[in-house]
Amino acid sequence: MKTTVPIIAAFLSGFVMLLAFFFNPETSALGKLEPEVLSWVTIVGGFTLLLGVVSIVRVNYSSVKRKSSGWGYKLATLISIFAMAIPAIVPVRWSSLFGTGTGSIYDWLFNYIDSPMMSTMFAMLAFYIASAAFRAFRARSAEATLLLVTATLVMLWRVPMGEAFLSGIHPDIPDLINTYIMNGANMAVQRGIIIGAALGAAAMSLRIMLGIERTYMGK
Amino acid sequence: MSLIEYTQIWLEAFVTLSLFSFLYKDNPCYKITEHVFAGLSAGYYFGLIWHAVILQQMIDPMFDNGKWWLFIPGILGVLMFSRFSQKYSWISRLSLAFVMGNTAGIFLLSELHGKVLPQMQSTMLSLGFENGLGSFVLAVIVVAGVISTLTYFYFSREHKGLLGGVARVGIWFIMISFGAHFGYTVMARISLLIGRVQFLYFDWIGSIINLFS
Repeated sequence: MKTTVPIIAAFLSGFVMLLAFFFNPETSALGKLEPEVLSWVTIVGGFTLLLGVVSIVRVNYSSVKRKSSGWGYKLATLISIFAMAIPAIVPVRWSSLFGTGTGSIYDWLFNYIDSPMMSTMFAMLAFYIASAAFRAFRARSAEATLLLVTATLVMLWRVPMGEAFLSGIHPDIPDLINTYIMNGANMAVQRGIIIGAALGAAAMSLRIMLGIERTYMGK
Repeated sequence: MSLIEYTQIWLEAFVTLSLFSFLYKDNPCYKITEHVFAGLSAGYYFGLIWHAVILQQMIDPMFDNGKWWLFIPGILGVLMFSRFSQKYSWISRLSLAFVMGNTAGIFLLSELHGKVLPQMQSTMLSLGFENGLGSFVLAVIVVAGVISTLTYFYFSREHKGLLGGVARVGIWFIMISFGAHFGYTVMARISLLIGRVQFLYFDWIGSIINLFS
């Protein structure tokens, strides 16, 4: 019951979607079912995200309640979650401060606290990437040298001063980087990875539908 | 400049400097800002999903358009919360099975039809002399890169002989691609850093100068 029913449900829902692919979405009932079921998946997925947020609240609340180490920081997390989420779910007809529109508390917190923090966090990675690159980028082998040279060329090419420097060596270098590195080798590898990942995803889908892959059930 | 604008700029400067303070060493200012960031981000997604999914795709169509059957995914969604109970957590498997099964059904064909075939088509059809020798050379590079990259990721046989040779060429292509990605990532992060420094220099220090002038 606890395993068989979910496996049957996964097979049936997958099989219906598979069948729906071969039917006209405008004229046949099965074809029309596809967008409808997709919106169902989005709704269940939405609840899953809410479950994640509720889980964060539970974990942090229990730490605050037990006053475990760093509970003050966890309290800050809880206050931030509620400060952002509660005004967002209060109906906008009560006040323009509620909801998610322009001028709401949600919008203000996002624009003036969350968004700058996000940019700063990613900007900080510049320092760590530089430090990691200093340690990793040693021209010890042909492969490592290729990585080093390509990264250096692309970094130079992406900034006006670097591009001017490369053009100074030879006027065609920026174009050659764009053509042969970005649209040549890089695109080829991206295609290879996309094809490989797509074949893997298709194989995994078949395993899920046939009940061979059960890890999503915690097995 | 109004008081609200000052508050916005100073708050933004405080969180920016608190986060940058980690570059020196871990400290309470950084920790509290980091936890606030985690909380605000979770709250942001809560508000986003609430409006874009729960209200717009379920509640509103149910009550305004009479799509009563949308209570079914609603119930499946609520069943996900059974994961909090040790005894009844297995019920959430039904909702998960529904999502996984549907996604698998869609992916099985869409991945092949929408990704594998178009990518192979674009790769192979580019081979030709119609656009000159330069384009042909580029197309040969792309075909060689795709085949050798796929060969490198083929692990069902030991990489020896011809397979090993092609896989080695694949590594060279992969290294060039990773280098290019690394370069792009670094420059994107540098752009963000420039943005934050510009904010601190022009807006925040500008507001201090404005305050005393």
